[in-house]
Amino acid sequence: MSGTAAPFEVRGLTVAYAERPVLWDVTWAAPPGLTAIVGPNGAGKSTLIRAALGLIPTLSGSAHFFGRPLAEVRNRVGYLPQRASVDWDFPATALDVVCMARYPRMSWWGRVPRRERDAARAALAEVGLADFAERQIGRLSGGQQQRVFLARALAQDADLYLMDEPFAAVDAATEQAIVAVLRRLTETGRSVVAVHHDLSTVPDYFAQVLLLNGRAIAAGTVQDAFTPETIAATYGGRLNLLEHASVTAGARG
Amino acid sequence: MTLGYNTIVVLAGCALLGLAAGTVGSFALLRGRALVADAVGHAALPGVVLAALLVATLGHDPRALPPLLAGAAVAGLLGVLAVQALARTRRIREDAAIAIVLSSFYALGVALLSYVQTLPEAAQAGLNKFILGQAAAMRAEDAFWAGAVALLALLLCLLLFQRLRAACFDPDFARVAGLDTQRTDLALLALIVTVTVAGLQAVGLVLIVALLVLPAATARLLTFRLPRLLLFSALIGAFAGAAGAAASAVEPDLPTGAAVVLAGAACFTLALLFSPDRGMVPEAVRRAGRRLDAAQEHFLRAAWEAQEAAGAGPGTAGDRWTPIAALAAARGWGEGRAWWIARWLAVRDLVALSERQVHLTPRGAAAARRAVRAHRAVEHHLLALGAADTAGADRLADMVEHGLTPEAASRLLPEPSALPASPHALGGKP
Repeated sequence: MSGTAAPFEVRGLTVAYAERPVLWDVTWAAPPGLTAIVGPNGAGKSTLIRAALGLIPTLSGSAHFFGRPLAEVRNRVGYLPQRASVDWDFPATALDVVCMARYPRMSWWGRVPRRERDAARAALAEVGLADFAERQIGRLSGGQQQRVFLARALAQDADLYLMDEPFAAVDAATEQAIVAVLRRLTETGRSVVAVHHDLSTVPDYFAQVLLLNGRAIAAGTVQDAFTPETIAATYGGRLNLLEHASVTAGARG
Repeated sequence: MTLGYNTIVVLAGCALLGLAAGTVGSFALLRGRALVADAVGHAALPGVVLAALLVATLGHDPRALPPLLAGAAVAGLLGVLAVQALARTRRIREDAAIAIVLSSFYALGVALLSYVQTLPEAAQAGLNKFILGQAAAMRAEDAFWAGAVALLALLLCLLLFQRLRAACFDPDFARVAGLDTQRTDLALLALIVTVTVAGLQAVGLVLIVALLVLPAATARLLTFRLPRLLLFSALIGAFAGAAGAAASAVEPDLPTGAAVVLAGAACFTLALLFSPDRGMVPEAVRRAGRRLDAAQEHFLRAAWEAQEAAGAGPGTAGDRWTPIAALAAARGWGEGRAWWIARWLAVRDLVALSERQVHLTPRGAAAARRAVRAHRAVEHHLLALGAADTAGADRLADMVEHGLTPEAASRLLPEPSALPASPHALGGKP
């Protein structure tokens, strides 16, 4: 990266819940393109994203987006939270939810303008849910709900997307649809940083990786940084035998 | 009873109040803030009493509503701030904090009230009417005030619709996207306080929370669309408010709050029982219908298979009569139950019934053949997958076969057009 600032960068980020530190002095910059954050449960992957976005308090450190604090570049940053973080019984249609991404572009009062509504419909179409726009969100399948969230992120029309487990508990078809959308995003010069659970698909889906377990263990291209040694260092004894087998098959060691 | 000017104004004021409470309450419920309304109501009492005392001391009419409402609003806000401060110490959870603040403020109010009522100036203020509410004691100008405040809250709520929706559904996302959710939450809190305070005199501070919660909870049972939810909630709130005021006019000793809440609770109970989508009665009916369908298919299949076992063979079913007792034994049912199902199937012209024996009518035979095909399709599919043994496949198929369309059955079958043989012996269940 010469000259231009990284899309996403954290410096000395430290976060603690009550007395227990979860993230410990993490300094890392995500280059443009598709980046995965991997690590065991409780490694602070979601915490890293949420702290960087100012959703939870930090003890120290800072986060920058395109070299600037979030408040100055909010319209360039999109967010896809974990699906379980909201109440899917909420009285809203898929289109209602996606429209929420366009609220910052609207006046604070009144209805959603036709232009914003069309943008939201286009985002739904992009994830293959054009026919489900008027469906109540509680009556969508888990994979469809995840795609609604993806559509909402797309409707933000950002340059960088932070995604918290976009592939969590989705069916194979949805996973492929999401991957296709992520690839299209990078083809148009956007960047994606995604918390990812399935180590075996990291080399297929992502170009860059951050291995995280409280601290940043390793980072770089999947080729260089995603090795059996760094994975072992990240997961320690917690990686069971079965998982280990699939990891070493997927990693280019 | 004739409707005087005063009564009509009070009725209209209470309806307007219910309209606003239903609307604001919907967002309070969706944001998980329903109990805050309770805290505000109870915390308002010391504010009301102190305001009356102050006004009386200054030599003005202690019954004038605006100063009392201002006192209630200030005390209610203080109560909410106290809840938040308590919760933020992390020594106690929010629900306990609400309970503590609510009861402490209320106790303070009751103590102040007993003191104030010994003073001649403030004694006539009718302050204890604020506890349970008495719309009949309201003057027209009081109703004007309450109605105006409620209308203001209603308009603000409708203006803020999109922001409130975003903050209620996913506050984290809204914050990242650049919406000031803290300000939206504050606005919602202000709306809750406003509506609560406006309703104090009519509904009373003990039960005002119900006017916010009951209409919204009722509307949630009736619809999945937010605009419609707001409309239903507002209408139910208006109905409850007007019903309460009317009851109070007819029977002045009945506390209005009680009447309002009972009207709202009646709406809620009706919706809980009979809402087409989420009501308990329609759901029970649907479930019973599904069970009856399953029992019918099982009966028809047993009748068909009895023919097969007797050597009549597929396609020649209906030739001979089968005792109901034999079918009951094949299904493991009591004879009485099998008898009732046979009667029902006879009514539907699927079997003919004679002297405790049945045989399939042509329509019944067609239905039975479909049921047998569906059952065997699932059985053969499970066996081909190696997912179950013969007995297990039979039991699993009994559970899943009923929704299976003939096309789906054909796709699962090894020979799509024919009726395959049963993979297990036919006859009595083990």
